[in-house]
Amino acid sequence: MKVTIDGIPIEVEPGTTILNAARQIGGDVVPPAMCYYSKLKDSGGKCRTCLVKVSKGSEKDPRPMPKLVASCRTTVMEGMEVQNITSPEVIEARKGIVEMLLVNHPLDCPICDQAGECDLQNLAFDHGAAKTRYEFDRRKFEKIDIGDNIQLHMTRCILCYRCVFVADQLTDHRIHGILNRGDHSEISTYIKHAVDNDFSGNMIDVCPVGALTDKTFRFKNRVWFTKSVEAHRDCDKCAGKVTLWYKGEDVLRVTGRKDVYGEVAEFICNTCRFDKKKTEDWVIEGPRKVPNTSVMNSNHYETLHPLPVVKTNLVLMEANKEQFERETRL
Amino acid sequence: MGRKLLLEHINVPGINTFAVYRSKGGYAAVEKALKTLSPDEIVEEVKKSGLRGRGGAGFPTGMKWSFLAKPENTARYLVCNADESEPGTFKDRYLMNYIPHLLIEGMIVSSFALGAHVSYIYVRGEMMPQIRILEKAIAEAKNAGFLGKNILGTGYDLELYVHPGGGAYICGEETALLESLEGKRGNPRIKPPFPAIAGLYGCPTVVNNVESIAAVVPIINDGGEEYSKIGIGRSTGTKLISAGGNVKRPGVYEIDLGLPAEEFLYSDEYCGGIANGKRLKAVVAGGSSVPILPANLFLKTINNEPRLMSYESLSDGGFVSGTMLGSGGFIAFDEDQCIVRNTWNFTRFYHHESCGQCSPCREGTGWMEKVLHRLEYGHGKMSDMDLLVDVSKKIEGNTICPLGDAAAWPVASAIRHFRDEFEWHVTNASEALSRNYGLAHYADPLKKLETA
Repeated sequence: MKVTIDGIPIEVEPGTTILNAARQIGGDVVPPAMCYYSKLKDSGGKCRTCLVKVSKGSEKDPRPMPKLVASCRTTVMEGMEVQNITSPEVIEARKGIVEMLLVNHPLDCPICDQAGECDLQNLAFDHGAAKTRYEFDRRKFEKIDIGDNIQLHMTRCILCYRCVFVADQLTDHRIHGILNRGDHSEISTYIKHAVDNDFSGNMIDVCPVGALTDKTFRFKNRVWFTKSVEAHRDCDKCAGKVTLWYKGEDVLRVTGRKDVYGEVAEFICNTCRFDKKKTEDWVIEGPRKVPNTSVMNSNHYETLHPLPVVKTNLVLMEANKEQFERETRL
Repeated sequence: MGRKLLLEHINVPGINTFAVYRSKGGYAAVEKALKTLSPDEIVEEVKKSGLRGRGGAGFPTGMKWSFLAKPENTARYLVCNADESEPGTFKDRYLMNYIPHLLIEGMIVSSFALGAHVSYIYVRGEMMPQIRILEKAIAEAKNAGFLGKNILGTGYDLELYVHPGGGAYICGEETALLESLEGKRGNPRIKPPFPAIAGLYGCPTVVNNVESIAAVVPIINDGGEEYSKIGIGRSTGTKLISAGGNVKRPGVYEIDLGLPAEEFLYSDEYCGGIANGKRLKAVVAGGSSVPILPANLFLKTINNEPRLMSYESLSDGGFVSGTMLGSGGFIAFDEDQCIVRNTWNFTRFYHHESCGQCSPCREGTGWMEKVLHRLEYGHGKMSDMDLLVDVSKKIEGNTICPLGDAAAWPVASAIRHFRDEFEWHVTNASEALSRNYGLAHYADPLKKLETA
């Protein structure tokens, strides 16, 4: 199926969502996503940051869609035309969404372990306003422990439901979900320490903010002072492919391998994540590729400004002359 | 005033019992439909009648029915949405309370038309008396052979269940209702797929309001064509309006659509005017979700034509100078009412009822509530009005379900029409705590529009 996103045409499989079609193009046209996680079924559609404008429904029915649609849950149609960064309406709506997401977020980045690799931080930096217009108290919760190694700090949560889907889909039986509704809803196990299974640690990886943190890593170090390498080991429970986070000689933390969209390639088990923290447990593969936009990259690697995807593909370059010109003009 | 279709026998003693209801010609529609009509013919009749959904959106019911997917070997469901929780609307409760068999009769005919063999009435949890009334009515109908196996010897089976909800406003949204009915948390689903394709338990489902289903009864009895003669334009038939607020005679009234708004408000047959000799200040015409209008714009459209109680006439002028018929929750405000306080109250409701699934509604409703609370209690700023309009714009249309829109419209419209009053709350903060703004110019005759 042929779709056009911001003037860039691309052929995708039927049933692909607009977001995934945009990810196949890559670069600036990819809408940000806070709640969608391609490896979790039924995720997405909640945070509304990936809203895009469909200016032409399909070849058969060329009418534009009346409202902005969530690109993570809208499948493409033949001949669909989508506007993301070329539509002022979308930019404006997204700015509003970012502001809403930050309304009840404590903005305690200086003491948050997620800072530096936080999706919300990046989103706010890229799409948000510099100041907030919210002048009231933010919601607060007590920190609670979910299992032995995970701490839930609900105050930071943006209710993306990703961890609920992890609990639902990766583990044997569902033990945690959402209590209450509206802006007082909270993620909870209802019974403290109830989460106890081999894959619960993946909640930490899927959490876009610092609401779920690794208790073995809490307050150990800022992520941008650590050095990440890719490593693997033979594990009978999972694929054992991980990223190790070193500070000097010590492995401070083990996580799954995240791609540019913050999604792990493979979910890892709790043994690999929490118990194997020695270099001899692992076979090191090499340094992890960190996008140059990330703060983690500062002071580590010298990279030239890499060329956006459009500039490497002549067909796309031709098709998207306008964006190319805008890029070079800047 | 034409003939009443739904509430014709409402004052007959004992109409809530099967025997009396039957003696007044009840269940004739079931006999007619099951014995003489095919399901497709019933859908056709409903289409001809032009009946529009009475729950708020006003989508043509016949059209909705014809969209229902009919795959082989898959159950289809009809679900009646009796989760009536809109502030200002109480027509469905009235109907279920006093004439429950009308709903049961409508359910049987509609289920037959849609080929459903199991149907549900999802009733709001707080309406426990109505749930008991409906269950009693269902038992009576079953005893008389109108429900269960082989109804009236026609070979059609139907089981009807009443399901109490948990008392959440959001469960009145059709996909949230289905989630709740399945026993899950009542979060609206992301559409598509629409319930007509994959609804309850993944099967094709139609969700209709109580009043829409009840209206099927007169449509089958008299024929769709006859029904479509009542009303005006594309607003056909009669509508239950639940009038409340500062009117002399609050209550549920059945009106022919197209009745002049002035007549509805002031004639003795209906509301009987404003109570205690006060003057009208503002009107919420269709339940708390619809835009609020000042008195002058409610009685006359922007073109100085009298406004009628119909889907089209009430929405004349769009969101600039119009409103919507919504679910028929008519609230009148007299000159002593404070619009700021009322808007805050509505927003407080939406803040409390937001499901918290998508971010603009979850955070935005709480934000608006806090700003309005500040304004009402004399700590507001001049910039708050623009802030509220902007926040409501950011919510509107960007959410999964219409609750976001419903929360945004009353705020945006109140500021559009009553900005002076909001500003007065800022400039005269201490005075605003002790007295109300009053009628001001909100009932003045509209200025003649200049024609270009």
